[in-house]
Amino acid sequence: MPKPLSTAPAWMRGTGPATCACCRIGRTRKRSAVERTIQNLTRALKNSVFSEQVAARPGLLQKADPRAKTAGLLGLLLATAVIRQPLILLGMYAVTLAGAAASRLSLGFFIKRVWLFIPIFAGIIVAPSIFNVVKAGDPLVTIWNFGHEVHLGPWSLGDSVAITKQGLEGAAILILRVAVSVSLAVLLALTTRWSDLLKALRVFYVPRVFILTLSMTYRYIFLLLSLASDMFTARRSRMVGPSNPREDRHFAAASMGTLLGKSHSLSNEIYAAMVSRGYNGEPVALRRFRARTADWAVFAAAVVIALVAWGADRALG
Amino acid sequence: MNDAIFDIKAVEYSYEDAVALAGVSFKVDPGESVALLGANGSGKSTLLMMLDGLVFPSRGSVSAFGEPLTEAALLDEGFSQAFRRRVGFVFQNSDAQLFSPNVLEEIAFGPLHLGLPPAEIDRRVNDTIHILGLDHLRERPPFHLSGGEKKKVALASVLAINPDVLLFDEPTAGLDPKTEAFLLQLIKEINRAGKTIITATQDLRIVPFLARRAVVLGEDHRVAGDGDALTVLADQDLLMAANLVHHHPHMHAGIEHLHPHSHVEGHDHHQG
Repeated sequence: MPKPLSTAPAWMRGTGPATCACCRIGRTRKRSAVERTIQNLTRALKNSVFSEQVAARPGLLQKADPRAKTAGLLGLLLATAVIRQPLILLGMYAVTLAGAAASRLSLGFFIKRVWLFIPIFAGIIVAPSIFNVVKAGDPLVTIWNFGHEVHLGPWSLGDSVAITKQGLEGAAILILRVAVSVSLAVLLALTTRWSDLLKALRVFYVPRVFILTLSMTYRYIFLLLSLASDMFTARRSRMVGPSNPREDRHFAAASMGTLLGKSHSLSNEIYAAMVSRGYNGEPVALRRFRARTADWAVFAAAVVIALVAWGADRALG
Repeated sequence: MNDAIFDIKAVEYSYEDAVALAGVSFKVDPGESVALLGANGSGKSTLLMMLDGLVFPSRGSVSAFGEPLTEAALLDEGFSQAFRRRVGFVFQNSDAQLFSPNVLEEIAFGPLHLGLPPAEIDRRVNDTIHILGLDHLRERPPFHLSGGEKKKVALASVLAINPDVLLFDEPTAGLDPKTEAFLLQLIKEINRAGKTIITATQDLRIVPFLARRAVVLGEDHRVAGDGDALTVLADQDLLMAANLVHHHPHMHAGIEHLHPHSHVEGHDHHQG
C-alpha cells in the first residue's frame, strides 16, 4: 500500500527567487571578525605544514643530531643571558643568521618571524626605562622641558622628560638579548621535527609528563584548528550582511565551549588509539639518533662560540 | 582447553547513566571473520574497545588468548606488549588515530612502541606503504590527507604491527566507492591470510564481503542474534527488532512506495 512519502511543510517546497546581477546594490561590507579568524586559522595550519617541510630540508642544522643541537643551543642561550656588550650580542645575532642561511631557511622569513614579536614582548616592557623619569641618566634627547621641578605625590619627576643614554643602552641590550634568544629557539624549532625535539628533551631529563603533555598538545592543535575553522566557515556560509560585535562575542564563546567538549572526547579517543598501538608514556621517535663527528662538531662549534662571546664580553668590560 | 581468541562472558558497561552493554556473551575463534551488527548506540564500539583492552567491563569478564583481559593484567608490561602485538584496532575516527608528524612515522608508531628491531620496523613500514599504495604520501602530515587516504594510513599503521586479530570500527564509513571496494578486498585477503577479523558496522551491505559470522546487538544492549552472516542478514524480523532495517521509499513504474530495506535478496516489485 503506497504511503505519502514527503512530510515537508509547504514553505520548504519549491525553490527561492533567482540570483542575478540585478541583486547587486553596490554596497560591500567589511570583513568581519569571523572571516579574519578563518584566515588566521588557515594560516596557522599552513604554517604547521611549512614548518614540517623546513625541518625536512637537507640543511646544516636539519642534518645535525637533535641532542647536539639542543645542547649547543643551551650553551648559546646561557652566554646570551650574561653578555652585556651590544656589539657582541650583534655578533651572536649574526651567528644565528648564518645558521639560518646554512639551514636553507629564507632569511627574510626568519628575521620577520623573530622581529614580529619582539616589539610586543620586549619593546613594551623596556620602553619606560629609556626615560629619565623612570631611570636616571644622561639626557640624550629632551622631549619635554617643564622649566621647573615637577612632583607627582611623593615622587620627583625632575624638570624635564628625556631619553637617556643609559636607558637606551639598557633597552638595546635587553632587546638584542631577546632577539638572539628567540632566534636561537626559532632556529632549533624550525630545523628539528617535533617528535625528534621531544626525544631530545628526554635526554636532558625533562620530566616524562611534560613531554607527554607537549606531544598531546601538538597532536591536538591541528585537529582543533580545522574544527574551529569549519565552525567559523559554517557560520559565515549562513551570514547575510554584517554581524554585530555582540553576536560575534556570543559565537566565539559558544565555539570555545564546543571546542573544549570536542577536545575532551578527542583526547580520550587519541589516547586510546595510542595505547592500542603500544604507547606507554615514553615517546619514541622513528629517527634513531646516531651522533656522528659532524654532530659533535655542531655542538663543539656552539660551545666555542658561546665561550668566545662570553670571554670577549668580559675582556671589553 | 580454551582455544577461543576472545571469550566474552556476560559483560556489562555503562557511561555514567547510559547503558552500553547489558550482559553480552560470545566467543571468537581463531581465523573467524565476525561482523558486530547494531544500530547507533547499541554498544558495538564499546565492545570493540573492550576487546582491545581499552575499557573494562563493570561486570562479567573478557578473556583474550586464554588469559583474563583486565586492567591489572595490562599494567604488566610483558603482557601488555604481547597483547598489543596480537590485537590491532582501526578506529572509526581516523583523525583520532593519526597523530604523528607524517605518514611514515604514523605507520612506524606501533612497531616502534612495541619494541621491534630497527631493521624489522623499516621492512614492515616499507611493505605496508607499498601494499596500500601510500608511497607518494610518505612525508605528508596525516591531518592533511583526504578521508580515504586517512583510512588507508590508519589501516597501514595497524597492519605494520602484524596483529593476529584486527578490530574494525565502521571501516567504510564516509569512504568513496573505490576506496571502499579496495578496503573490503584487503580485509578479505587479511582474513584469508589467517587473521581474525571483527568488524563493527551498521552497513549491512558490506557484511557479506567481510564476515562469515554475524553477531547482532539489540537496542537492549544484549546479543539479539548470532550465526552465519547470510542467515542473520536474511532474518528480517531480527534485523527489524535490532533497528538495522527500515522501510525505505522506492520508485517503481512511476509510483513511489515503501517497502522493507533488504540487503541480501532482491524484492518482488509486483508484491510491493
